[in-house]
Amino acid sequence: MLTEEKIPTKPDNVRTEEMVLNMGPQHPSTHGVLRLELTLQGEIIKECRPHIGYLHRCFEKHAEAMTYPQVVPYTDRMDYLASMYNEFGYAVAVEKLLGIEIPERVEYIRVIMGEFQRIASHLVALGTYGADIGAMTPFLFCFRDREKILSLFELVSGARLLYNYIWVGGVSHDLHPDFVRLAKEFIPYFRPKIKELNDLLTGNRIFIERTANVGVLPLDTAINFGISGPNLRASGLKWDLRRDDPYSIYDKFDFDIPIGKGEMGTVGDCWDRYYMRVLEMEQSLRILEQALDQIPEGDVSSAIPKRIKPPAGQVYSRVENPRGELGYFIISNGTVNPFRIKVKGPSFVHLGIMNELCKGHMIADVIAILGSIDIVLGEVDR
Amino acid sequence: MGLLDKQLNDGNIVITKVEDLLNWARLSSVWQVGFGLACCAIEMMATSASHYDFDRFGVIPRPSPRQSDVIIISGTVTLKMALRVKRLYEQMPDPKYVISMGSCSNCGGPYWEHGYHVLKGVDRVIPVDVYVPGCPPRPEALLEGLLKLQEKIRNESIVKKSA
Amino acid sequence: MKSTEEVFEILKGRFGDAISELVTGQPAESYFSVSPKEINKICFYLRDTEELLFDNLMNLSGVDDDNGEKKTAEDGSFTTFGGTLSVFYHLESTSLKHKVTIRVSVPRETPELESVAEVWRCADWHEREAYDLIGFNFLNHPDLRRILMPYDWEAGHPLRKDYKNPEFYQGMKVPY
Repeated sequence: MLTEEKIPTKPDNVRTEEMVLNMGPQHPSTHGVLRLELTLQGEIIKECRPHIGYLHRCFEKHAEAMTYPQVVPYTDRMDYLASMYNEFGYAVAVEKLLGIEIPERVEYIRVIMGEFQRIASHLVALGTYGADIGAMTPFLFCFRDREKILSLFELVSGARLLYNYIWVGGVSHDLHPDFVRLAKEFIPYFRPKIKELNDLLTGNRIFIERTANVGVLPLDTAINFGISGPNLRASGLKWDLRRDDPYSIYDKFDFDIPIGKGEMGTVGDCWDRYYMRVLEMEQSLRILEQALDQIPEGDVSSAIPKRIKPPAGQVYSRVENPRGELGYFIISNGTVNPFRIKVKGPSFVHLGIMNELCKGHMIADVIAILGSIDIVLGEVDR
Repeated sequence: MGLLDKQLNDGNIVITKVEDLLNWARLSSVWQVGFGLACCAIEMMATSASHYDFDRFGVIPRPSPRQSDVIIISGTVTLKMALRVKRLYEQMPDPKYVISMGSCSNCGGPYWEHGYHVLKGVDRVIPVDVYVPGCPPRPEALLEGLLKLQEKIRNESIVKKSA
Repeated sequence: MKSTEEVFEILKGRFGDAISELVTGQPAESYFSVSPKEINKICFYLRDTEELLFDNLMNLSGVDDDNGEKKTAEDGSFTTFGGTLSVFYHLESTSLKHKVTIRVSVPRETPELESVAEVWRCADWHEREAYDLIGFNFLNHPDLRRILMPYDWEAGHPLRKDYKNPEFYQGMKVPY
């Protein structure tokens, strides 16, 4: 980061002025339709203002018009890279309102699907981050491994990307008889691939030059801005909702929570945020091994209510999305339609910190910072 | 390319129409604008990855609309974005094609009823050549859409101008 | 760790009449109401006091309470008069591990309340969204503009219960 002393002074007879540059809605590296308005002094950024709303699809208005089970496919489409987790969060919230117990087999299935979805989502994040920095090969490697996970999802729910699988009170279909065997074969296949990704990208000299000491996020700023998930853990706080505010059966599994230590630069820089996701994939594999060994038999549709009509009340419940803390605030007035559903998407909150992080850096660093925060525009705009 | 290799039997002389030759050259290398809006963009990226390869059809992503032949509208077009899509379409040089991928850009998709900010179909702002249904369409479906576009290019004529 | 009732008692002792109406017993969370002009001072107190330390604003959402009188027009659509709009704040403490929910109600015709963007910086964008979709006026907000809808959207605030869709927007037909 260039401080005021290091910016070269201009000679007195040269006139300079600030320039406004538009990284428009169509850009190969902005992860979707995001517009960044950059005010530049030469190559140094003075201010970075994000403009969003290009994908605002009126989820909250639809939720007021549909019944509770009909909202599930719409929740899929908000964060389209982690659809299982969106449905999981919605189901947990409505079940808290209703106050029902669900069978243990359903809980195990949900955790297995959630952790596979976490690995798939991190693979896209890491692959596209490498492509933004300039490395084309990790993108192809990550998508090759992701295809294996997507074929497992297709075996269970019939769809590759947007599943409509986790319903309120249970799941829509029981697991395919071959699923557990194929899932157990995936885990030893994938462990060496993480090592391959580390050799290719994580320890790469050029990658470290571009991401270490760039976009440093101090811890108290992070908490004040409401950052959560891998971004908060990279700044040094051991905060994971699966451990600190447990939902479902995560308290039965044994896994570590990695935090950022600033190995290649400062604590909380882009390299730390990237490395958090690599370490989290390994921890997800640990949870998957334990869950696939312990999964009990049972009936998956016994707790699905015929008509979902919660009593009047409200709930705010949150789950640990691959991107951060996904919160559902549901107000019910006793009818079959929700009165109000507000979704707090982690990417919406994280994008608010762009101005703070980009000041004093150069244009190429903006791409590195934006990729390390890992946003999905469907969740920002809902 | 059936029309050419049937005729290579007598030495290296091929007799064909100039139209067929030009159309064959154009359909074998359709360059697309790297433009993804929503969930369908992830399936488009998966189609360009190595499992279902897009590059074997000659389709490579270009960053700028001024250097490309086709724009694949993948994802929901909102009212705020529709004016920008129109501007991107106008920046592409002729001959240009549009593939509308997914049900959101075909007709508004699952947001047709209460979506106050969703444009119900991208054909309200730009003319579309091929519609690929699905939510999201499988990569094989997008490849079939590309083959249908290639068929359309094969039947074009340099004498009669199409709309 | 403090429960909502204990936080209510502490705040009532300090701020008196600004805190009112503790609602408990319904599923699945309890909340209490705060007056709209005092919310800034109360949030500073909540963030900085030793025993409370609410340093994380989890969520800020606007709600149209739908409790006014409705006047129906000939084509079946209705407009609401009177009644209230509410904002719900969900706070938590990362060090002391407790949570609380606060509600602020304002009348529908003059929905004005103090902004908390100085207390927690993430409230900046949340309040812009509440302004855009429901129409609150946050006093002393650094930059109150529309965030999700286009900047020149004339037809009102979409998440109100009596919102009507415009027919055309810049030459494009909006309904199906």
